[in-house]
Amino acid sequence: MRPLRITNARLLCPASGLDAPGALAVQGGRIAAIGADAAMEGADELDAGGAVLCPGLVDLRARVGEPGAEHRETIASAAQAAAAGGVTTICVPPDTDPALDDPALVEWLARRGEATRSVTLLPVAAATKGCAGLELVELGLLREAGAVAFSDGNRAIASARTMRLALSYARAFGMMVVQHPEEPSLSTGVATEGELATRLGLPGVPAAAEAIQVARDIALARLTGGQVHFAHVSTGAALALIRRAKEEGLRVTCDTAPPYFDLNETAIGGFRTYAKLSPPLRADADRLAVVAALADGTVDAVASDHAPQDADDKRLPFAQALAGGTGLATLLAVTLARVQAGDLPLMQAVALLTSRPAALLGIEAGTLRVGAPADLCLFQPDRAWQVRAGRMPGKAQNTPWDGRALEGRVIGTWKQGRRVFG
Amino acid sequence: MSGFSFPILPTGHLLGIEGLEPPHINALLDLAESYALLNRQGKTQRDLLKGRTLINLFFEDSTRTRTSFELAGKRLGADIVNMSVSTSSVNKGETLLDTAATLNAMKTDLLVVRHPQSGAPSLLAQKVDAAVINAGDGTHEHPTQALLDALTIRRHKGALSDLVVAICGDVLHSRVARSNIHLLSAMGARLRVVGPPTLIPAECARLGVQVFHDMRAGLADADVVMMLRLQKERMTCGLVPSSREYFRFFGLDAAKLEVAKPDAIVMHPGPMNRGVEIDSAVADDPARSVIGEQVEMGVAVRMAVLDVLSRRLRRNA
Repeated sequence: MRPLRITNARLLCPASGLDAPGALAVQGGRIAAIGADAAMEGADELDAGGAVLCPGLVDLRARVGEPGAEHRETIASAAQAAAAGGVTTICVPPDTDPALDDPALVEWLARRGEATRSVTLLPVAAATKGCAGLELVELGLLREAGAVAFSDGNRAIASARTMRLALSYARAFGMMVVQHPEEPSLSTGVATEGELATRLGLPGVPAAAEAIQVARDIALARLTGGQVHFAHVSTGAALALIRRAKEEGLRVTCDTAPPYFDLNETAIGGFRTYAKLSPPLRADADRLAVVAALADGTVDAVASDHAPQDADDKRLPFAQALAGGTGLATLLAVTLARVQAGDLPLMQAVALLTSRPAALLGIEAGTLRVGAPADLCLFQPDRAWQVRAGRMPGKAQNTPWDGRALEGRVIGTWKQGRRVFG
Repeated sequence: MSGFSFPILPTGHLLGIEGLEPPHINALLDLAESYALLNRQGKTQRDLLKGRTLINLFFEDSTRTRTSFELAGKRLGADIVNMSVSTSSVNKGETLLDTAATLNAMKTDLLVVRHPQSGAPSLLAQKVDAAVINAGDGTHEHPTQALLDALTIRRHKGALSDLVVAICGDVLHSRVARSNIHLLSAMGARLRVVGPPTLIPAECARLGVQVFHDMRAGLADADVVMMLRLQKERMTCGLVPSSREYFRFFGLDAAKLEVAKPDAIVMHPGPMNRGVEIDSAVADDPARSVIGEQVEMGVAVRMAVLDVLSRRLRRNA
């Protein structure tokens, strides 16, 4: 591959705090030089036209359809959606079919990612066999096979004893346990309990189900010294507990996903199943609390929560429709909407999508440092576009933002120096 | 009655009461009143829906509502087909939208739907050409029940505004309660819901009702006492400890009814659980109970709804 030099870019690297116009040179799949005077003999030149060049996005949670749901999405189609969204690293949750509870499966998934040559797939292994919440998996062997964390996907690890054991045991291997924070016995409904669910006659889940789970698991993190990470946190009460746990110095981290700072429960009005998500969309006060937690640093990362479903999964009465929305292609733009609204500086927004999730995972990604893999995302922050279900990259089209006008469009994505989009 | 000027229903369907304005409700009730009169006189209008097909599509067991719609359709001359679809066969693969496609192919004019899932009729309405009438969906709405309740109340009390109406019992799972709350509050009644906190939905007060957990407080000076059916399953899942405890504190008997206005009427959408939510002595008291009249008004209200929703079809014909 010939060396590449991207010039006339706004270089943005949250890991180093760099935000300056300049050029970036790539050789042998790695970043070779960066700055105003970054030079490269015999390189292909690309004029970025002043667009922002940042590290490729690191997504803590996206489902890729494999294994088991290939009719909804495949690794190849998810890779397309990822490339179009500037995402170059994806953590894949384990509640697949079969579950990622076996070292061979974990290795297989990581290899399938490599084969795309456009996106790295980092398997999150099941914490319990079959994600059934009972028996711990072989955490050490799974880590050796390439697992980056443990979780039961969108099933909360319900038993306090199991969670305690997982947190304790994972400590020996320096691994975090990712919890889906919805107390299961309270979470049999399909919408956040409140006036809207009452009007629609939908069984509700109290928003407190999240804080209840978070409170228990913080206590278990304190007890075990283990590291707990809460996925897609969506309520102010849970975020307040996490904020306090961090102040206490516990090893507690969390992420959220764009629906929880961009949409509220009114999106399900008229029984709109495309806005049926897990956890369910919340009242606007909770959305605002998520925005505040992005701004004050309580939230460690923004994950896409990409959850492919096909039309037959969604064109059903609301309670029967499956939860989940696509998110890879819209991850950056919906996050940038918070920048445009004045809630977050651009650098901080990009950090939530790159350097901070990379630091959580302890991987060499999410940085423009010389020597790092040349995973890059080039975007025009003010270019407008419209989300149109049916015309989105990838196979799954179940976006909750159909029709939405967004600003900020990815115009180029590179994986290890190779252009994979734009 | 075809010359009758009628405000167009917002959607061409009757999916719920929420969203209807008082003029719609008044016009429907006036029309239903006139059908009630014709029914009592034994007169029919068999030419109104002649050649029109009405399908009663029931995904949930119901005898009275289905029969009521069937009778209403027959009195207006429609061709009626009853389709009872057990939900188990739906689970075997045919989706609601497959059913919709089948019904479209059969050129259905009016589709009456009952379904155990909230929102199912709205989903069907997006996909079928027929006018859809919600005959009860999950715990969402049961609009014709609210209309027949309102008509019954109006006949006894003259008007709906400023009446004190207490809706008692399992409000959480009741589509009848939701539709009645929307209708009666739109018409200016003062609404109360009464029941144990485990059976009152979240933020119920935001629907414009006063919430009570004590029957005597909730029934004080009420003009209308509307009881709701308590399903047996509510006991097994722990929302209510036992039926005898429920009857003791939330069942309607003569002693609790005493605090209501002396001329208060007692209503129940049926079928009743005697000795659980209502005492037989009250249910069968001709001076108080209007439960039989509710059933009678049900046919009239459904005739009015079928009449109104088929006007567009008749105009196009």
